[in-house]
Amino acid sequence: MTAAYRVKDLQFSYSRTPVLQGISTEIGRGEFVAVIGPNGAGKSTFLKVLAGLLRRYKGDVQFGENNLARMSAQELARQVAFVPQETHVVFPFSAGEIVLMGRLPHREGFFDSPADLEGANAAMELTDTAALSRKTFSELSGGERQRVVLASALAQDPEVLLLDEPTVYLDLKHQMQFYDILERLNLERQMTIISVTHDINLAARYARRMIAVRDGRFAADGSPEAVLTPQHLYEIFEIAASVFQRPDGRGNYIVPAS
Amino acid sequence: MVGPCLLLFLIVVAIAPWIGLVGITWERVLAGASPDWEIFVIARLPRVLFGALVGGSLAVAGVLFQAILRNSLADPFTLGISTGSSFGAVLAIWLGWNVVLLGVPVISVAAFVGAALTMLLVFFVARTGNALPAFTLLLAGVTLNFVFGALIVFVHYASNFAQSYQMVQWMMGGLDTADMGTVRGTAPFVGLALLALVWISPRLNPLAAGEDWATTRGVDVDRLKTVSYFAGSLLTGAVTAFCGPIGFVGLIVPHTLRLIIGPDHRTLIPASFLIGAVFLIVCDTAARTMFAPTEIPVGVITALLGGPFFIVLLKRKRGELW
Repeated sequence: MTAAYRVKDLQFSYSRTPVLQGISTEIGRGEFVAVIGPNGAGKSTFLKVLAGLLRRYKGDVQFGENNLARMSAQELARQVAFVPQETHVVFPFSAGEIVLMGRLPHREGFFDSPADLEGANAAMELTDTAALSRKTFSELSGGERQRVVLASALAQDPEVLLLDEPTVYLDLKHQMQFYDILERLNLERQMTIISVTHDINLAARYARRMIAVRDGRFAADGSPEAVLTPQHLYEIFEIAASVFQRPDGRGNYIVPAS
Repeated sequence: MVGPCLLLFLIVVAIAPWIGLVGITWERVLAGASPDWEIFVIARLPRVLFGALVGGSLAVAGVLFQAILRNSLADPFTLGISTGSSFGAVLAIWLGWNVVLLGVPVISVAAFVGAALTMLLVFFVARTGNALPAFTLLLAGVTLNFVFGALIVFVHYASNFAQSYQMVQWMMGGLDTADMGTVRGTAPFVGLALLALVWISPRLNPLAAGEDWATTRGVDVDRLKTVSYFAGSLLTGAVTAFCGPIGFVGLIVPHTLRLIIGPDHRTLIPASFLIGAVFLIVCDTAARTMFAPTEIPVGVITALLGGPFFIVLLKRKRGELW
């Protein structure tokens, strides 16, 4: 398995507050990683470094064969897509136009090429958003918006998909639908998926590697079964919790005791 | 959607010079008969063409400021450029620089310098690192707007009656000073700026969904915002130097066009130029004919025509605006 990211002693501070305090890891191509941890632990900061959004970090981050810090936004956008927690669009762009924006890093000319339209259509088919194409993005429901944003990210034809709490505003059905799509992309296209989430049970069900971040460091890293132990949960989240096997056998789930 | 806008633009440019207090006929103009030929070529045509350049430039500047501030209520006035330009002009009037140098009135030069200095001042105040955050840009612009407003009042207060009248005239804004020289001087600059802006226009689209969003679509956001900011400021400064501040065009034209042809900047920028031109030519034609032989400031017309139209749109398409 070749590495998508090689991270060595990554440190990052917002003004003077240190957020990431020395992270070293390797994320292989085709992995499905969930990043968990308490608020302010540095999960989103870590993800934003990988996305090329925070460039003033210390340490070394390699993306494939390249030094991430030296890659242009366009080079990176051709291979890495990012799905934020929520997306607010100020002008009346249609959902279809939002999806087509994902083609921007690949577009050679001024107008949308047939390949661009094809890529956007395929992404909308996959996320079940084709029917929304002509609707104004800002008038869609939270769940519809997030699927359209995912479609836009997929239109980028990325090797790596980074997601920052993508399902936090979705209802249960849409949360599962969303992760079902991610699972398909991971299994069928070997897309590398790194998702930051607070929903530990959802993460445990879909991800095959789980990283727990606390105080800017990796507190645990391994399979969800290995990471989700009462001992870890106490250390990371300061909660007492029981861990059970899911009835369908697909991993574990946790029940916090209050 | 740019085609119909171009057609409308050509029709309005072709018709407007024939409308006015003194009737002229195309037979006499084509034959070069006096005074029809002079009225057409010296008085009306330059004014219509300059109106096109001003209206188009202000509308495009509006599109740019709205895009980089992510706010559909921003316009060329928001960031202080027009006020800085007025201060330059007012200062020149106070100092008695009523001369023409190399075919350009020194007052216009001063107005442009005022706009350019304001642009740089706002830029350096607002910039943090390499970034140009919308929030600090807006605050810097609004603050400097007030500072220059106060300076204008001060200079105005210190000036004599004749100067004061001239200042008020300038700050009302109007196209009446335009001649072919003004058109020839500004047209290449505006044309080049427009070409460059159409070139970068695809990258303005993802900014609507946020700066991180645009960055992860491969856009160098800091550079795009800086380029757009300078282009919008220079366009505003270049035309305002000759016509004074004219409000509302940069606000209403882009806003209305977004509702009709959509917000894609690839079509919005050229369409805004064309419809901005149409809007100002129509307003100016009304300004010089409604109470002829007295002219009223075109800014009054742009606001009186534009305002109610805008309110109707707001009521009908509520919810699609933001």
